Amino acid sequence: MFDAMLAETVSFAGHGGDPLEAYVARPLGPGPYGAVVVIHHMPGYDEGNKEITRRFAANGYLAVCPNLYSREAPGASPDDAAAAARAAGGVPDERLVGDVAGAAAYLRALQSSNGKVATIGYCSGGRQSFLAACNLDLAAAVDCYGAFVVGTPPESFPLAVEPLLPIADRLGCPLLGLFGAEDMYPSPAQVTELEQELTRLGKTFEFHSFEGAGHSFFATDRPAYRPLAAVEGWQRIFAWFDRYLSN
Amino acid sequence: MCTYLTVKVDLDGSGKGAHGWFTLSQASVYVDHPQHAPQAHTLNIDFINPAAGPSARVAVELSEESALALADAIRLALASAPPGLASSAPAAAAPLVQA
Repeated sequence: MFDAMLAETVSFAGHGGDPLEAYVARPLGPGPYGAVVVIHHMPGYDEGNKEITRRFAANGYLAVCPNLYSREAPGASPDDAAAAARAAGGVPDERLVGDVAGAAAYLRALQSSNGKVATIGYCSGGRQSFLAACNLDLAAAVDCYGAFVVGTPPESFPLAVEPLLPIADRLGCPLLGLFGAEDMYPSPAQVTELEQELTRLGKTFEFHSFEGAGHSFFATDRPAYRPLAAVEGWQRIFAWFDRYLSN
Repeated sequence: MCTYLTVKVDLDGSGKGAHGWFTLSQASVYVDHPQHAPQAHTLNIDFINPAAGPSARVAVELSEESALALADAIRLALASAPPGLASSAPAAAAPLVQA
């Protein structure tokens, strides 16, 4: 079995033509391979997300994780970059879509690409994966516990982002949702609300909620890590991509 | 959850970061996932100077109880000193020694 892979930092154009730093990992075989854009969580473009990116390559996918904070904090450590991006008001939705479009174009241009690109995101990236899937031509998407896809926030809770339910009719690809049954954001009731709306709209989707798991259960470097949920979650992800990104 | 919501306050002061002392101009205060503290959520404060770059930052991640105790301690410490003593506006400062 030939399983060599390459992982490195690259640069390509994101929203508005701005240069984006990104971490790419890809099998070195001839392909053709499906591809995945990894959307990092709010704490930033960190080691955990780079490890996730390499995991996709090790499993036969081209993968790239763009640094969504490239503009605010080029070269800064991930936590400092996340703080700078937050202080500057966060990542606007329009910019996110443009950056993911740039990442998808980068992947499709690789010689070993089969032309099919999916997104996966964690935490705030889960919401952004859904957002990208409502705005871009993708083959599949995965939302890992993204808050505020659904949900009218309490009046006392001013939000800088809008819920995405009103644009769910634009969801253009199959969606896999992985949630923690003990998560509050999104809560099980919000997951059910999204499920009902996607059913009503006739969308292709599959949701799994894991008992004993809350938010961030995939994050191996955080106390929220839940190995049973994460192991099954990874199996669901690869089954999803095998179904929708294969040649 | 990611609250996305950040309360910002302008500051006059200094902080010591990874590269030594620097002038602070702002703090971001928010409840969100910590980078290091062993809790799902913490009250986070970034003491920063955006003009000096992202690395000009002193960060703390506190439990809710600790954050409230810190806020009380700040008020208590200031109340135990003459009003205006630590003010950044000299005109408002009370003289240390009465003439």
